Amino acid sequence: MLAPKLLAGMAALALVASPGLAEKKKKDEPSAAAKAAREYNKNPFPSTYKPYPGEPTALTGATVFDGAGGRIENGIVLLADGKVVAVGGADLAIPANYRRVDAAGKFVTPGIIDIHSHLGDYPSPSVQAHSDGNEATAPTTPEVWAEHSVWPQDPGFSRALANGGVTSLQILPGSANLMGGRSVTLKNVYSRTIQGMKFPDAPYGLKMACGENPKRVYGAKGRMPSTRMGNIAVNRMTWMKASEYRAKRNAGKLETRDLAMETLAGVLDGEILIQNHCYRADEMALVLDMAKEFGYKVTAFHHATEAYKIGDLLKAAGTCSAIWADWWGFKMESYDAIPENAGILQKAGACVVIHSDDENGIQRLNQEAAKAQGDARRAGIEVSDAEVIRWLTLNPAMAMGIHQQTGSLEKGKMADVVLWNGNPLSVYSRPDKVWVDGALLFDAADPKRRPVSDFELGQVGEGDVK
Amino acid sequence: MSPRQLLLSAAALLALSAPAVAEDIAITNATVVIGDGSAPIPNGTVVLRGGKVLAAGAGVVVPAGARTIDAAGKWVTPGLVVAVTDIGLFDVEGVDESNDEGADKGPFSAALDLSPAINPLAQHIAVSRAGGVTRAAVAPLRTGAIFGGQGAVIDLASDGQPITQARAFQLVQLGEDGARAAGGSRAAVHAVLRNAFMEARELARRGGGQGADPRLQDAAPERPGDALLTRFDAAALVPVVTGRQPLYVRAERAADIRMALALKADFLALKLVIVGATEGWMVAKELAASGVPVLATPLNDLPGNFEQLGATQSNVGRMAAAGVKVGLGAFGDQPRYAPQYAGNLVSLTKVPGASGLNWGQAFAAISSVPAAILGMGDKFGSLKPGLAGDVVIWDGDPLENSSGVVRVMIDGVEQSLVNHQTKLRDRYKVPTEGALPKAYEW
Repeated sequence: MLAPKLLAGMAALALVASPGLAEKKKKDEPSAAAKAAREYNKNPFPSTYKPYPGEPTALTGATVFDGAGGRIENGIVLLADGKVVAVGGADLAIPANYRRVDAAGKFVTPGIIDIHSHLGDYPSPSVQAHSDGNEATAPTTPEVWAEHSVWPQDPGFSRALANGGVTSLQILPGSANLMGGRSVTLKNVYSRTIQGMKFPDAPYGLKMACGENPKRVYGAKGRMPSTRMGNIAVNRMTWMKASEYRAKRNAGKLETRDLAMETLAGVLDGEILIQNHCYRADEMALVLDMAKEFGYKVTAFHHATEAYKIGDLLKAAGTCSAIWADWWGFKMESYDAIPENAGILQKAGACVVIHSDDENGIQRLNQEAAKAQGDARRAGIEVSDAEVIRWLTLNPAMAMGIHQQTGSLEKGKMADVVLWNGNPLSVYSRPDKVWVDGALLFDAADPKRRPVSDFELGQVGEGDVK
Repeated sequence: MSPRQLLLSAAALLALSAPAVAEDIAITNATVVIGDGSAPIPNGTVVLRGGKVLAAGAGVVVPAGARTIDAAGKWVTPGLVVAVTDIGLFDVEGVDESNDEGADKGPFSAALDLSPAINPLAQHIAVSRAGGVTRAAVAPLRTGAIFGGQGAVIDLASDGQPITQARAFQLVQLGEDGARAAGGSRAAVHAVLRNAFMEARELARRGGGQGADPRLQDAAPERPGDALLTRFDAAALVPVVTGRQPLYVRAERAADIRMALALKADFLALKLVIVGATEGWMVAKELAASGVPVLATPLNDLPGNFEQLGATQSNVGRMAAAGVKVGLGAFGDQPRYAPQYAGNLVSLTKVPGASGLNWGQAFAAISSVPAAILGMGDKFGSLKPGLAGDVVIWDGDPLENSSGVVRVMIDGVEQSLVNHQTKLRDRYKVPTEGALPKAYEW
């Protein structure tokens, strides 16, 4: 596949090589409107997230899973100024000003990352007035942005932190649309505003969906698509329009901005990552070809219950599968889900991410991964604990484009860290402490380090253990 | 596939009525879980005879002639008992054509009897069996009326004969769902409910609603002209108001649970079971005093709606500590998750300020306790002598994420664990195609 940037470069080259350049250039001088359509502010709702204060901290004596597949027994993890300072064995020197946390018998992982969440856009309580995840009024709505739907007071964020050790998460629009809109990546920290939660400099994603949902939703409204072939047709027609828009933009010939097309052009530019809800193997294969046709990359298929049937294709495309461990049989396109999905993909050398898509599942991603590991083992596929932790940390970070900042315990990365009271792959383990950018934001032993959303104030259960 | 498995699957396909003969089986060298709340017993033996448990524990003698299975340290437990679920009522829940969960377009509610709708060969049954579930209380969880109808207790064997007890209980919804079904408010629920019970009581007074299936009573008595209920619905509620059939009440909000308990003041004979009970911990003392048991949704900790504002994972632990008889249930279409939920309740015992269950209690909450709540604690749910030979062998601690099921026996008969999923796994362990397309590998 030609990288989008390369394609753009070729277009520029063609322009340079064409005869009569001087005259042409004058004629083609972009108008003020075209300039505005091209050089708009790509970040109109910028992150205002600021790490909370932390103190230099040394976690000592723990089993450390670094998120990149490494494991250290009796390890030491040093955090300071919001960053990971060092990770090493028992011999690692601990500076005098560090607060020591005795983690003997406990486990340390990077903060858990959920690549597929609807916290905030389908928050609790899930009353109709809160139903903000699907702009299901047109089959393609790339113009909508999930961050404009996310309610920062969703109590679900606190449960994901306290029970799941989740420190970063991607909020996606729903799957009613073929193109559902932009995702937003958040730090799991309460804020008065969504801007205050936004993960600094995280790329946007575009949520797409195949299969049953779009054809059902729009077919029921008597409009296209009502079939799977309709799904692909509407997608292709939309990508054609986007390609044309982008070519015009690159040529300086746009007169007006188009919010929908800006998102799609961003995908073709390689700046916005495709997060594609898709269950069936045959449909994923078609989408991969469609991506080739238009010169974009599918960063991850989400749900991907039949990914195990096409591990070779997914590996070749460099596309991750963000999957549940063992959800099965709830809709027709999930009928061929198997619990060995993750294991078979791993064996094929394809990228595995365990996701939740669920306000309860996000509290137990570690357990979901452990179930998938057990099912893989029974199928003769051994995946080490350290590799399994990667499914919840570095792999989702890569598929969300935030792996330079977080997702593993490496010097200089954000100090997003979970201290577990036992092996995180055991059903009997829970987060003991969670740090986000080096700030201790959950401590099981300290009720004051238990976030309570505005919604829960004055209600039964305010501040209760959850 | 062994000849025995072939026979079993042939039996399943033909739905033969004669059950496979249970042999004498001895499982030795096992970590044995009785399921009654006691701690696991290392190095134990379980003996099945005539489809029932003969003995289980340490120092059990293996009878001569018994087929012996060396568990080699693996875990042996009673089969999981899951109440309340809806497996068997659909092939694929989201495929309407295959789904018999609700009948809101029909004239009946309380009269609905789920037992003829249960498909013992549905893949959900096979997959749940492979997850260690051997008995289930199948309930109408999606209903357009306050009464969902009469649930059934089933076994999950592959012999095509699932019904352990038809019409085992009636289900009614209070709370938000009930309010919608009754016409828009909780006040309407309580009016509809009381009217229905009064009509049933009146029918009973006139000699109606008798017999094994009260709907089918010949020469049924005349009813008053202002009756709202259909005759079938009224007859179906006679066993409820006379205390012959338990009433399962879906309620989440503390106030709704209280209102359910208060029903007993007006209808003395009611045998109540609370289903859901997200805010049960807030009325735990009252529940305990009433003796009404609870089938709790295990890990609700979010205010999913305004009747669950008090949700916490400590709910089950707090209720149990207050003396409420509480089993796990009400988690819908995937009863195979029961061990994970139970394991989580154990994990809470290590969390400061939280309440959970110890290991024995947690396993009992998915075996003997739900069996007892179903009124069948003397038939299955633990490995006590004389109970059904429903046994699962696990490759590790059954509540642990990494563990899986090795063998399942129901009524002493070893079950096939092959299903749609296992066949797909075997076909696609290697994704690439061989000399022939995948469709030829089976």
